[in-house]
Amino acid sequence: MELKEKLISSFLAFENEVDLDSRVHDVRSEAIKVFENEGFPSKKDEAWKYTSLNSVLKHDYSVFPKHEKNVEYNDVKKYFIHEIDSYKIVFIDGKYSSHLSETTHDGIDVCLMSSALNKPKYQLVIDNYFNKIAPKDSLTSLNTAFSREGAYIQIPKNKMVDKPIQIIHFSTGNEAALMNQPRNLIVVNENSHVQIIERHQSLTDNPVLTNSVTEIFANKRAIVDYYKIQNDNEHASLIDSTYINQKQESVCSVHTFSFGGKLTRNNLEFYQNGERIDSTMKGVTIIGNKQHVDHNTLVHHIEPNCESHQDYKGIYDDSSTGVFNGKVLVNKEAQKTNAFQANNNILVSDKASINTKPQLEIFADDVKCSHGCTIGQLDESALFYMQSRGIPKKETKALLMYAFSNNVLNSVKIPEIKQRITKIIANKLGINIGFDL
Amino acid sequence: MNKYTEDDLREELKTKEYEYGFFTDIESETFPIGLNEDVVRAISLKKEEPEWMTEWRLEAFRTWQEMIEPDWANVNYEKPDFQSISYYSAPSTKPKYDSLDEVDPELLDTFKKLGISIDEQKKLAGVAMDIVIDSVSVATSFKKTLGEKGIIFCPISEAIRDYPDLVKKYIGTVVPQKDNFYAALNSAVFSDGSFCYIPKGVRCPMELSTYFRINQGGTGQFERTLLIADEDSYVSYLEGCTAPSRDENQLHAAVVELIALDGAEIKYSTVQNWYPGNAEGKGGVYNFVTKRGICEKNAKISWTQVETGSAVTWKYPSCILKGDNSVGEFYSIAVTNNFQQADTGTKMIHLGKNTKSTIISKGISAGKSQNSYRGLVKIGPNADNARNFSQCDSLLMGNECGAHTFPYIEAKNKSAQIEHEATTSKIGEDQLFYCNQRGINTEKAIALIVNGFSKDVLNKLPMEFAIEAQKLLEISLEGSVG
Repeated sequence: MELKEKLISSFLAFENEVDLDSRVHDVRSEAIKVFENEGFPSKKDEAWKYTSLNSVLKHDYSVFPKHEKNVEYNDVKKYFIHEIDSYKIVFIDGKYSSHLSETTHDGIDVCLMSSALNKPKYQLVIDNYFNKIAPKDSLTSLNTAFSREGAYIQIPKNKMVDKPIQIIHFSTGNEAALMNQPRNLIVVNENSHVQIIERHQSLTDNPVLTNSVTEIFANKRAIVDYYKIQNDNEHASLIDSTYINQKQESVCSVHTFSFGGKLTRNNLEFYQNGERIDSTMKGVTIIGNKQHVDHNTLVHHIEPNCESHQDYKGIYDDSSTGVFNGKVLVNKEAQKTNAFQANNNILVSDKASINTKPQLEIFADDVKCSHGCTIGQLDESALFYMQSRGIPKKETKALLMYAFSNNVLNSVKIPEIKQRITKIIANKLGINIGFDL
Repeated sequence: MNKYTEDDLREELKTKEYEYGFFTDIESETFPIGLNEDVVRAISLKKEEPEWMTEWRLEAFRTWQEMIEPDWANVNYEKPDFQSISYYSAPSTKPKYDSLDEVDPELLDTFKKLGISIDEQKKLAGVAMDIVIDSVSVATSFKKTLGEKGIIFCPISEAIRDYPDLVKKYIGTVVPQKDNFYAALNSAVFSDGSFCYIPKGVRCPMELSTYFRINQGGTGQFERTLLIADEDSYVSYLEGCTAPSRDENQLHAAVVELIALDGAEIKYSTVQNWYPGNAEGKGGVYNFVTKRGICEKNAKISWTQVETGSAVTWKYPSCILKGDNSVGEFYSIAVTNNFQQADTGTKMIHLGKNTKSTIISKGISAGKSQNSYRGLVKIGPNADNARNFSQCDSLLMGNECGAHTFPYIEAKNKSAQIEHEATTSKIGEDQLFYCNQRGINTEKAIALIVNGFSKDVLNKLPMEFAIEAQKLLEISLEGSVG
């Protein structure tokens, strides 16, 4: 495969560019070897059975963007949740943009992966956490090999972060085709609380491929609230891998809103390394045209008395395809586990298709695990009821679809995000939803 | 106080030896071990098959040689060495018997131990028995009654000789030779099996039944069943298996093909109780079975299975719902104990309009066993208004066993309605407490709960078979099924 060779040869150049004595040098070289051996995943891999990367990999991506381009805040304001005050870490074509960003070192670290990797004062954190839970599969390894930039967030003990943190990646189309590999590390220590919003946005029609990896460590009683807004244009593809390691009594939730992009693949993995942990993953997918969204989740219940909740809703129009591949793994020791998994889908068009595979693998006997999965249509009688009361058909459908995804929206804790998502959904469905939430 | 707890049950399950483990010494004619084209030819010759059948087998054999043994199933086992198996073994007492008195008394004794008295079955149950011991049919009954209705029910080897047109037309149409590794192997070396044809508009007056047994040590058995229900006909077919204790692993790779033409209905029930290996996980049968049926317009195929035996089970009875308004059903109880592993489920492939399918799967795991449900529900782009309901429940007994669910759902039609739900639980302390409190002792309570858990499926078995099924469930979960 061409891109594979290109990446492998670029690695040498990349290693020269970054410090060879760098502490993560060994990690990087090992990772590129894994990628060299395994290459890009194909449909023969069980985890990629329903998602083919072929159409994405055919472009001649540039791995190192050469030019820098400035972006004016006013042009991109709409991509921020600008109604609220927040910390911002903004990247343009993979490079940090200081004038759009607002970082801090005041009590908490909201800054860059590049400085964390290079500055000695972060050495301990990097040694303890960097690449510690990310699995060694080929795409994650590829990211590890090229890991240089991204967001680095470190919250010390007993700290409630005063405002949400937004991580935004813009691609300007400066390059004919761009491959971006951001790497984020988020460490939340005991009793701390943080809210993070992540977004990838391409500003032109030039193809972009993002292979992003985020590692999140939630220590004792930490609360992490993570929102992913995926509403990119149809030339941008995203492979987003998030790995979360939870310690006892921590609470983590990840909401994924997938409304756009050519191909979106979300790998979301929770590892529960402690007791009384709560993990939540929810998602709404509304796509059309030839878009493809793939949710691949794993919750690994390692210790007893933990809970996990999964709720994914999808609405598929035109020739779009959806994939849900959820796995709940309960170890022998993880007694008294409560795990719930739900995946509900609506197919709007005859050409749309959905492949879902909710799996349970259970080795403990005293557990409550269930999963449910449905594929169906809008309720005819509900449609009729509303139409008979004078609501036009289009609105009726949109309202029902909105109601369908509302379960997920309800657990969003930042009202501004809820409003924004409501607006995006209304836009997608082509109506004006006359109420705010 | 004599209190029976779940632990006692578990202990009992652990120590319960295979009750039906005995070995009948019938003088056998067994091929030397190994597999090559000559062996395939020899089997064909032995069965006095026509040229086209030999060629068909050879074609399968050639494909098989190029195939790789699949390993995607959630089971671990030592792969069988296909060159150390004898591919043909037949009781040599020939010719066939005209009456029961002529049958080898030792064989009759075997049946007695199994709880089957042929004449009793004949008289009371109205079941026509086509008993297969080590690949060759030795007793066929009620052939006349069936013959009057135009129903053909005979060993497949006979069918190849007597009804070549029918066999030629349908064999391999549902499970092609190259379908999968084990189906290819079976197509090449199948020794015998059953053939059944129900003519147009005929309702088969009795349950058709076959007992497959593996008897000779070290021989694999490769059964092939072909069942054709012509337009608007109905048949209920029962298949039950028990196998004697053997230390080396025995391979069983069967193929079952069902063809339900327009408006036909086939009910296919299986009770499987091959030797599961001893408490240390030694021995036991490898059960790698391909079962599939095709439904034409308005046809219905219903699979019911009770899987209690085998060291490794790998079995997915499937329905291709090709015709409009066709219906597929799958009801399954899979019980695993000790070191047994089961990876079983179904495939429902909806191609026609208004097709319906139901999947009810109950898994019970005890000891150190692993029990997996693996299923596929596929809705094709033309399958308007397809409907599927799936339910997979697992019951865990003890904390050393595992229960797994791998449902695949693929929908390509917007009018499809699919529901899937799965739960995993153990026998709740509150459930037991509730029963105890009302004066039901723990043993009875567990029986009650397990019975209730599997009732949905047991109810689907035909009356004649339900008793046998219960007997076999009792062996696997002694003390828990009242």
